[in-house]
Amino acid sequence: MSALLEVRDLVKTYGEGEAETRVLRGLDLRLDSAELVALLGPSGSGKSTLLTILGTLMRPTSGEHEMLGEDLTRAGDRELTEFRNRHIGFVFQFHHLLPDFTALENVIFPLSVQLGRETKAARERGRELLARVGLEHRMDYLATKLSGGQKQRVAIARALMNQPELVLADEPTGNLDRESAMQVMELIGEINRNEKTTFLISTHDEKIAEICSRQIRVVDGLTQ
Amino acid sequence: MLYGLKIALRYLTANKGQTGLLIAGVAVGVFVFIFMSALIGGLAVFLVQRTVGDIAHVTVEAPSRDPASLLPPDVGALVAEQRATNQRQQLRTADAFLPLIEALPEVAVTSQQIVGNGFMVRGVVTAPVSVTGVETDKVSAIADIEKALQDGSTDLANSSVIMGSTLASDLGVSVGQVVRLQSDQDVERPLVVSGIFELGVEALDARSAFVSLSTARTLFNLPQGISRIEIKLSDLNQAPPVARRIANETGLKATPWTEGNSQLLDGLRAQANSGNLIKAFALITIVIGVASALLLSTYRRRPEIGIMRAMGASRGFVILVFVTQGALIGLLGGLIGAGLGYAALLPFPVPELAPPGGLPVDVRQGAYGLAISLTAIGAILASILPARAAARVDPVSVIGQ
Repeated sequence: MSALLEVRDLVKTYGEGEAETRVLRGLDLRLDSAELVALLGPSGSGKSTLLTILGTLMRPTSGEHEMLGEDLTRAGDRELTEFRNRHIGFVFQFHHLLPDFTALENVIFPLSVQLGRETKAARERGRELLARVGLEHRMDYLATKLSGGQKQRVAIARALMNQPELVLADEPTGNLDRESAMQVMELIGEINRNEKTTFLISTHDEKIAEICSRQIRVVDGLTQ
Repeated sequence: MLYGLKIALRYLTANKGQTGLLIAGVAVGVFVFIFMSALIGGLAVFLVQRTVGDIAHVTVEAPSRDPASLLPPDVGALVAEQRATNQRQQLRTADAFLPLIEALPEVAVTSQQIVGNGFMVRGVVTAPVSVTGVETDKVSAIADIEKALQDGSTDLANSSVIMGSTLASDLGVSVGQVVRLQSDQDVERPLVVSGIFELGVEALDARSAFVSLSTARTLFNLPQGISRIEIKLSDLNQAPPVARRIANETGLKATPWTEGNSQLLDGLRAQANSGNLIKAFALITIVIGVASALLLSTYRRRPEIGIMRAMGASRGFVILVFVTQGALIGLLGGLIGAGLGYAALLPFPVPELAPPGGLPVDVRQGAYGLAISLTAIGAILASILPARAAARVDPVSVIGQ
């Protein structure tokens, strides 16, 4: 089975000289299609840095980074932006919705920015996704008018808009109460099973990690 | 492009108060620009109208009859030429040239004239006069004597004269009374005062007298030909090229009004430069205002810009969003400012009809299109710096916030 994503000997350092901090120290990781993987580790272990590099938002200092057979370490900024838009979805701890936009407008943003306009088909898919996360009655609400759990569900719908092969979720339940957190995880699990989308979920919560099919621990910049 | 426009519009409408203030600021700048254009342009029209309104735009005379030099120009000899002064220069073949001149599209009216000097005598009072012989149906062709008439009429018979009010006052004559006119050719004729005018130019009101062309022929011993042809143009700014064309086509000396009014033109140029400086400052204010407001917006929206970049928005898209905001602010502010400027200028009469002491603003010279275009371009240029700053926002730095 070919890997969806593979990184080898990944190194990331911040600063130079005496101030240099090595966050990732030759990390290896492989993700296959339709996996639901938890990324565990203490604060400062390099989880967020790893997610940022896997999401093509940051370049590693050295190492190899491949996804869908493409060598992303050699791609330019424009190619990475386009790749990210088409193949990777993000769910952040603080949801990061666009506050002046409605729930539906937030969801269809990734496709609209790709096409350069809002299409009828995009709106239709946006409505379907919002209905799927249980927010069909909140489509035209401004993002600022939604509760924390609702915002996170909108963020999940947005992450799925372009039918990405990989969704990276950084503490997606970290800012939610237990009930909302479990609802969000159930939703992620359902999408993973039905759409075969791979999820890599960074979390401190062992209970959340147990829901996932595989756990990867990052300690001192290396996977265990 | 369309999606960038939508986001730009959403950002502008999301904070209506701030956007409204920004557009109002731009509109005020455009209003100042337009008002200054109308004022400077109106002042120019007013001054030119007042200065050139009663004189010819082009004067055609016989060429000077300087003797031809027999020495080649590069011989290196110093040559003194004596200009012929023994004979009054005259246009002997005016009738041949006149149709050619009148056929020019820029020419509004022509006036054939015989000019000379003399003395007006009444009793013991003598006053020097500048006499102009004109065609009887064209007394008001160059200076609007009809409009300036204080008493009598502009009807000129063979033995009548129209004179300035100061001259009439000095001589103590009124309409219907007789004066004697003695020309510099020693010809004397009694003339009945048929009209008295006041142009408001002391030199003209104290020295000018108009007689018929046939009376002037007798007074100045000129049985044929004329002294000059005075021309009024439909657009006085065309005087230099029209004069050049007449000179080239007729071989006569054609002088535009601009040659004798270089001080006025210098003044108008200085006035236009001052106006341009004020307009430039208005534009600079607009550019600085738009740039600072958009820079502030860039800073405030850093997290959103980061999220857009993370969701796959390119740097070009972010630049497009902010430049479009600048363009919309410039265009909207420009249109509102131009509309307000036009509405504010509309009640003012055009400078040609401005009452004495009135503000000579010219609603036709508001440069509305230029103001809107320059403002839109200025606002776009002003938005480039904030847009580039926005495009450089690192999504990683804001996602963790």
